[in-house]
Amino acid sequence: MTILTMDRKELEKRVGKISKELEKKITDMGTPVEELTDSEVEVELFPNRPDLLSLENFARAVNQFNGKGKVAKFRIYEPEKNYEVIVEKSVKVVRPFTVCAIIKGLKFSDSDIKNVVDLQEKLHNSIGRKRKKAAIGIYPLDKISLPIRFVGRASEDIKFLPLEASREMNARQILKGHPTGREYAHLLEDTDVYPVFIDANDDVLSMPPIINSEKTGRIDEKTRDVFIECSGHNLVYLKKVLNILLASISEMGGKIYAMNIKDSKDGSFVSPDMGHEDLEFKIEDIEKTLGISLKEKEVRGYLNRMGIGMRNDNGKFFAEVPCYRADILHWIDLTEEVAIAYGYDNFVPEIPEISTIAEEDSFDREKRAIGNILAGLGMLECNSFHLTTKKNIKKMHYEFNDFIEVEESKTERDVLRMDMMTNMLQILSENSDAAYPQKVFEVGRVFALDEKSDNGVREKERLAIAMVDEKMGYTEMKQVLDYLFKMLGLEYIVEDVEDSNYIVGRCGKIVVDDVEVGRVGEVAPRVLRNWKIRFPVVGCEIGLGFL
Amino acid sequence: MIGVDMDEKLIIESLSPMERDVLPKLSKEDLEVGVVAEKSNLDKTTVLRAVGLLEKKGLVVSETNEVKRVDLGILGINYLKKELPERALLNKLSDARNSVPSKLGTSEEVPASSGKVIPIGEIRNVCGLNENEAKVALGVLKGKGLVEIDKGKLKLSGGSEVSKKSIEEVFIEKLPVALDEVKDLDLLALANLKKRKDIVEVIEEKIVNVKLSDLGLKIYGMDLGGEMLEALTPKMLKGTSWKGKKFRRYDLNAPVPRLYGGKRHFVNQATDYAKSIWLEMGFKEMKGNMVESGFWVFDSLFTAQDHPVREMQDTFYLKNLRSKSGVGSSELGVKKVLENVAKAHEGGVDGSKGWQQKWDEEDAKKVLLRTHTTCLSARKIMEIGKSGEFPAKYFALGKCFRNETVDWSHGFEFNQTEGIVVDENANFVQLLGYLKQFFGKMGYEKLRWRPAYFAYTEPSLEIDVWHEGKQKWLELGGAGMFRPEVTIPMFGKHVPVLAWGPGFDRVIMNFFGIDDLREMYKNDLNKLREMRVWRK
Repeated sequence: MTILTMDRKELEKRVGKISKELEKKITDMGTPVEELTDSEVEVELFPNRPDLLSLENFARAVNQFNGKGKVAKFRIYEPEKNYEVIVEKSVKVVRPFTVCAIIKGLKFSDSDIKNVVDLQEKLHNSIGRKRKKAAIGIYPLDKISLPIRFVGRASEDIKFLPLEASREMNARQILKGHPTGREYAHLLEDTDVYPVFIDANDDVLSMPPIINSEKTGRIDEKTRDVFIECSGHNLVYLKKVLNILLASISEMGGKIYAMNIKDSKDGSFVSPDMGHEDLEFKIEDIEKTLGISLKEKEVRGYLNRMGIGMRNDNGKFFAEVPCYRADILHWIDLTEEVAIAYGYDNFVPEIPEISTIAEEDSFDREKRAIGNILAGLGMLECNSFHLTTKKNIKKMHYEFNDFIEVEESKTERDVLRMDMMTNMLQILSENSDAAYPQKVFEVGRVFALDEKSDNGVREKERLAIAMVDEKMGYTEMKQVLDYLFKMLGLEYIVEDVEDSNYIVGRCGKIVVDDVEVGRVGEVAPRVLRNWKIRFPVVGCEIGLGFL
Repeated sequence: MIGVDMDEKLIIESLSPMERDVLPKLSKEDLEVGVVAEKSNLDKTTVLRAVGLLEKKGLVVSETNEVKRVDLGILGINYLKKELPERALLNKLSDARNSVPSKLGTSEEVPASSGKVIPIGEIRNVCGLNENEAKVALGVLKGKGLVEIDKGKLKLSGGSEVSKKSIEEVFIEKLPVALDEVKDLDLLALANLKKRKDIVEVIEEKIVNVKLSDLGLKIYGMDLGGEMLEALTPKMLKGTSWKGKKFRRYDLNAPVPRLYGGKRHFVNQATDYAKSIWLEMGFKEMKGNMVESGFWVFDSLFTAQDHPVREMQDTFYLKNLRSKSGVGSSELGVKKVLENVAKAHEGGVDGSKGWQQKWDEEDAKKVLLRTHTTCLSARKIMEIGKSGEFPAKYFALGKCFRNETVDWSHGFEFNQTEGIVVDENANFVQLLGYLKQFFGKMGYEKLRWRPAYFAYTEPSLEIDVWHEGKQKWLELGGAGMFRPEVTIPMFGKHVPVLAWGPGFDRVIMNFFGIDDLREMYKNDLNKLREMRVWRK
């Protein structure tokens, strides 16, 4: 979820007064209005729509949805002399691609510049995956000399004054010493070659995706003409990012000029390409997916309202997807466009008549039966976390070390539970103020390392019961087990066992059909002290695999 | 009982034995409970209980007054018997003055005119006081100007009136006395003594006076019918001694000691109910592991490998573990599925552009705690794809994990209610139908849908339910139809699959009136005992 905050007056200049009705329309478009004040409009955007991340682009979409705007078309002017970017082979090892454009005749206001910088930052952080996939640079054209070269150079061969710095630095110095350099240094790890844009005078424009040069890297309200580049590893995404930016800037006036990208390794091309993409679809597929019937005219109307064109080529239908949409991958994506324009409120829910047989998981039935039996004995069922701490586990199992640990947990809980008794004792320990006797149980999943399992972990369901009171012992638990097994129609025996977690001579293996299924006993005083439990506890833990 | 009206009769029949004992000892004049206790040969507590019961029936009026009484403390009792420490010291000093100087007092430094002296350090020994008493005694006498200290020795001041009782001595002899009645010099004495430990104490006392009400007066004269039966005993049942007799009536609404039953955990009660809804609609339950590979949680669900949700700060990855095949047991012969999923990501399934970036099998082999139960659905459609057995409807209700910091609305473990419908004819309006049905039965009549985005569904929607109590919409979670990039690798062609996975904890919290998510799995036994059961 991204929040886009827009100046209300600026937006109203483009879409008209934001009435209750228009507010509802904006929400219906899939971009709920989160906050509406006299000065600001805040909308929530889904991550699949980076093309809405600026006021200009958002306003266009609102007008289209409102039936007031046409499907966008962009005019691109032919490259002028030296409108060239040469992508040298030397840069291929580190940041292989760039797409570029020149815009002339802009009349930036302060707020325009802010909007452009905001959009640039938002694109970096969303579709640009924090500059890893795409990074954008914007330069005042009058400060640079064309043509531009995109080259890879050794650190010491790069020397320029970066933005927000007081002296010239080489590549490594920037990555180590400059705040922005440090923030993005991981994107240029393990390389001896650093990417730079340089102009015809061999001046460095920038070192993407890190930082621009102070000399050529600032635009202000006097800037009329700009050179824009977007660099990264995947041309498809770079083109989308550039097109989104250009679509937004084009709304501020100015002419878009193409540039020749000369790339001897991967092929030269002309940039930008802002024509639509054709996507063939069948109206029946959309009808079938949505469960409504649609006429051709209706589909065209709905798509147009979503900013998408539609063409009928001798009975074959094509959606003309605008160049800035990054989320239309397949005809299925058109169904949602149609559905949104149709209005989610307008669908009438229905339940089809398909005959299927219901079936509950058999273990869940057992689990419920056990729960009901024990609740019938006056016990409280608990529900505790699967994640716990090493310290908690060690309070009982002090020799245990086969932890299944999660990486970088944001809470103190960082290992999966290996038994249920740990959680039971924690519950008793935290409830010393509740009336006694306390009798609790839980059926839950425990985890163990297991090389044979595909993911290296074995999951098992276990039942644990714990009872505590001033006087509480093995007899009380034996009564419970006798009743439980009788109710389940099973027989069990207890065989003496030594287990340091329980008092010797008062601990046993629970055996069903000659197989040990669990342990029962009076919990060792060492364990109780670790948990600061002041009364004796009798516990049992049973693996439920035998059920 | 002729002339006794019905109400009075019922009252008489409901009198307990102790009420019967106490009532005749009362009158229309105020009597102190202690007096009543004496008269009726009962202890005070029993009388108080009886008075309470009688008052509830409107037979007596009681009045409780708080009285503060000054009485002797533990030391005070002792001092009253013997003497106050300052008196002990004073006596020794005057003894000293009136007797021949002891060895102790032979120093030349003692002015001849002043009589006898006691060195400060000797007070304890000479007077038989403890350290504290000695200190106090000295302080008190100095304060009254009765003694003076000269070069570490204590002597009486000139003209000291030694024999006269001090105000403190006068006061303790009067105790006990009501605080209200302490006046003049006694007040000063009290203040002085209160500064010292355990000599006097101010005790708050409740004085309960009780008298008969008009109704009580009426019943007072009546036959209270001493032959009312109390408990029915096995012995009585052997014979017929109960015949023609009456059992004492009970106050049916009198408070009784609390009783707590055992019960299922409220989350499990709610889960069981939700399951029953899906079962009624013909759904089969899905179960599976919580530890899962990246392949089933993300890749099979067309979540791009560089999607932020896959980052460590959102997802719990398990240290040092790698899935053997990513896709799961190789005996299922699912290598093909893996290849198809790779293709869907890189581009090329049914004309889809995919994510147009290289798909890395290693990333799919990461082992993590499932972030949603949708991985169960993904595994299930692979199974259905192989068996070809559909239409099919499946559901799951289970725990999921997200690497979150915990606050009132976020937890690192939460429940999801998952469902899929696999059917050639499944469509969007049916999806809305199932959701409406389910949430209707969960008690939410008013629902709305909003467009949403999930990597693996298209179209997608967000479900909001109207919360009548809070008068606002609550976001419950998402639903949609699986994308062809999800279904085609499993079925070999696009088969519509309706899918949903709203969070379930919010629904449970609403029902039980829990506002803080942290309460859900806290296992506070006091709360669990008090909590009502799930009823819908």
